[in-house]
Amino acid sequence: MLANRKLILAHFWLAFAVFGIALTLGAWQIFIRSPIGTWLSNPELYYRSLTAHGTVMGYVFPTLVAMGFGYAISESALEQRLVGVRWAWAGFWLIVTGSIMAVIPVALGRASVLYTFYPPLIGNVFYYLGVVLVVVGSWIWVALMSINLRVWRKAHPGEPVPLAMFANVAGSYLWAWTAVGAALELLLQIIPVAAGLKATIDAGLARVFFSWTLHAIVYFWLMPTYIAYYTIVPRAIGGRVYSDSMARISFILFLVVAMPIGMHHTFADPQVGAGFKFIHSAFTALVALPTLLTVFTICASVEIAARLRGGRGLFGWIRALPWDNPMMLALAFSFVMLGFGGAGGLINMSYQLDTSIHNTQWITGHFHLIFGGAIVIMYFAIAYDLWPHLTGRELTNLRLIRTQLWLWFIGMIVTTFPWHWVGILGMPRRMAYFDFGDPAIAPQALSVTFSVIGGFILLASGIIFIVILARGMRAPQAEAGPYRFAMAVHQPITVPVALNTHALWVALMIGLTLTNYGYPILNLALSEGTSVPAVYVGAQ
Amino acid sequence: MSTRDLFTLHNSHFRIGVGLTAAILIVTAIGGFIVLPFAQPWVQFANVWDAICSAAGLPQRAASVTAPEQTRRLSEVVLTSNTLARPSQEAIGRGATLAQRCAICHGPTGVSRADSPNLAGQYAAVIYKELLDFRSGARSNAVMTPFATNLTDQEIADLSNYYAYLPRLPAYHPTPQLPKPNIVIYGAPMRGIAPCGSCHGSLDNKAGSPWLEGQSEAYMKAQLQAFASGERRNDISQQMRNIARAMTAQEIEQAAAYYASQPPDVVKAVD
Repeated sequence: MLANRKLILAHFWLAFAVFGIALTLGAWQIFIRSPIGTWLSNPELYYRSLTAHGTVMGYVFPTLVAMGFGYAISESALEQRLVGVRWAWAGFWLIVTGSIMAVIPVALGRASVLYTFYPPLIGNVFYYLGVVLVVVGSWIWVALMSINLRVWRKAHPGEPVPLAMFANVAGSYLWAWTAVGAALELLLQIIPVAAGLKATIDAGLARVFFSWTLHAIVYFWLMPTYIAYYTIVPRAIGGRVYSDSMARISFILFLVVAMPIGMHHTFADPQVGAGFKFIHSAFTALVALPTLLTVFTICASVEIAARLRGGRGLFGWIRALPWDNPMMLALAFSFVMLGFGGAGGLINMSYQLDTSIHNTQWITGHFHLIFGGAIVIMYFAIAYDLWPHLTGRELTNLRLIRTQLWLWFIGMIVTTFPWHWVGILGMPRRMAYFDFGDPAIAPQALSVTFSVIGGFILLASGIIFIVILARGMRAPQAEAGPYRFAMAVHQPITVPVALNTHALWVALMIGLTLTNYGYPILNLALSEGTSVPAVYVGAQ
Repeated sequence: MSTRDLFTLHNSHFRIGVGLTAAILIVTAIGGFIVLPFAQPWVQFANVWDAICSAAGLPQRAASVTAPEQTRRLSEVVLTSNTLARPSQEAIGRGATLAQRCAICHGPTGVSRADSPNLAGQYAAVIYKELLDFRSGARSNAVMTPFATNLTDQEIADLSNYYAYLPRLPAYHPTPQLPKPNIVIYGAPMRGIAPCGSCHGSLDNKAGSPWLEGQSEAYMKAQLQAFASGERRNDISQQMRNIARAMTAQEIEQAAAYYASQPPDVVKAVD
């Protein structure tokens, strides 16, 4: 039952439109600083573009996808009309307003601070206010997801919450809490300086606040992907979820351990004590657990589908899978990229190993592979799966869809593998220009050139994606039926209250945040002389 | 079973969830705050509490180690984009009177014939910061220091506003314009050198960075060498010292010669 199709479509279209723009900027960036581009002689233009790319890809695009998908889940999994539709539209328009407010100073070169803000660099205040509006808009969604679940619970006392909604609400709570770090940084530190009320800023404290957001935001981006793994893929390929409980445990584990780990982004920062860095490193290792559980459960679920289709043998069943089904293809690509990206992530989180790749192009490769690759390819799959239900029209050209997914997969590998490699060789990230004529880095020119080719393959894939969706809006009408989620092998009849509610896990999430962040934040906030003069972008 | 029953020790999920989380936290805390600090043989701790404080990042100074004495003053000037914005005509007038004592080196029109910096049209914030640093001793010069020592805050601001108000005139030592050397537009990323032009004009300008077009070549070279040797140290975050140290002698020559050859009217009009 998808009653508010316009609302969901608006979120998806806005998400994919800004994604298209940011993707184009990304392709330009990778080209212009490569050996085959002619350098502009103006690094400011590069950072301007990079700020827009990061702000859209980090804040606007995934948030809109999570919101649109969340509304779709709430209506179809709970089988009830969305409560608070007006609020949902208000949230959407807040995001539109915030995005426009943020993008104008960026386009004018007044806020080339990158999406991670990097104080003491300070841009135009409207950039930050725009980002705040985007976050506030998404918090409306968080509240609506919680309210809709509550309404459903009242009508269905004691019944197990459908897995898709359980995970969706877990994702929204995670986002609500993880966004607090950046919100504190913006409201208490950056905006007063950007507005001219203060001239100094505690950059170290700001980085700690941002690390609160920066790592768990990744798991917020990841939630729609994991929801798709568990609740869409098995249905789409004709199988069943191997274990409903395992799925719930994965999502609550994300809720608990995604938060208190962000300081592995500050391993090289002197303002954080080594003891806290170690604790965060250890908890980061734990976050591999829900992913490993998921990989196991989904492989088992896929095997069920293959055996139902007549697959035999220890590995022979793999051939029996419906490889021409875009959902199967997307899942396989996503898992391969998740595997490589996850392995790289284990290196990033290790206190010692990190020193060899910290702040190098390796990191850029890592998060593009995980987020741009493993996560975004499932966003495409979600859109393809939902589109007929949202438009009432069929997506007929499966061949083009498969081509698009293949191109995205190949493009992402060709882009990010050379980045990892040059990162190991020591190429720093966030650089606008490299002189590949210099003998010291000339050998890296070939790898960088490969990644440019990958970047353009990605751009081509992105364009095809938008074309497929646009054509889907004008295809012949066809009734797609109700939108359903995958069933488990053993559909839950009763679920223990701990696995049917979020309270305990939200409490643990907040508790661990206090233990792992409380002291470092207080220590920095209360220490004298930790602030430095702000550096205003474009100031004289 | 309601949520209320969840938060009791009777509920096994509560016991296991909270217990495991607490156990992991305690084990990692012992590892991070006690075991690992003592695993570093090159660091000596007086007791366990000392190790914990160190791992927590608490700034502390061991009694046996004396603090390095700060022999030279550091710059304490804070510049913002609003520093000295919109000066009054009176301020500029007062500055003009005061500037008569500067004219012997910096020229009556703010253009020097003596390899001193040309001040006509320089950013107010730049002159303001340098005068304050000369006065406080963060920067010292046999000639400038005595002039700056007795200036009041108001006089420094007035002088800065006056020189910023003067038109940028061509210097007395014009040379044919040279092409942009790499160090100016590209820097040297592998040695951590940002392009000169990204702060000093040509590409972009950052608060507190002077424009350099048409300045004396000898002066710029001497300043880069002073930064490299650590003799000059009023750059707050050591940005110029780090850059100058990493520059080769040839790059210093090139950068100084290039900027000296540029007419000041090409200064990027961003103000």
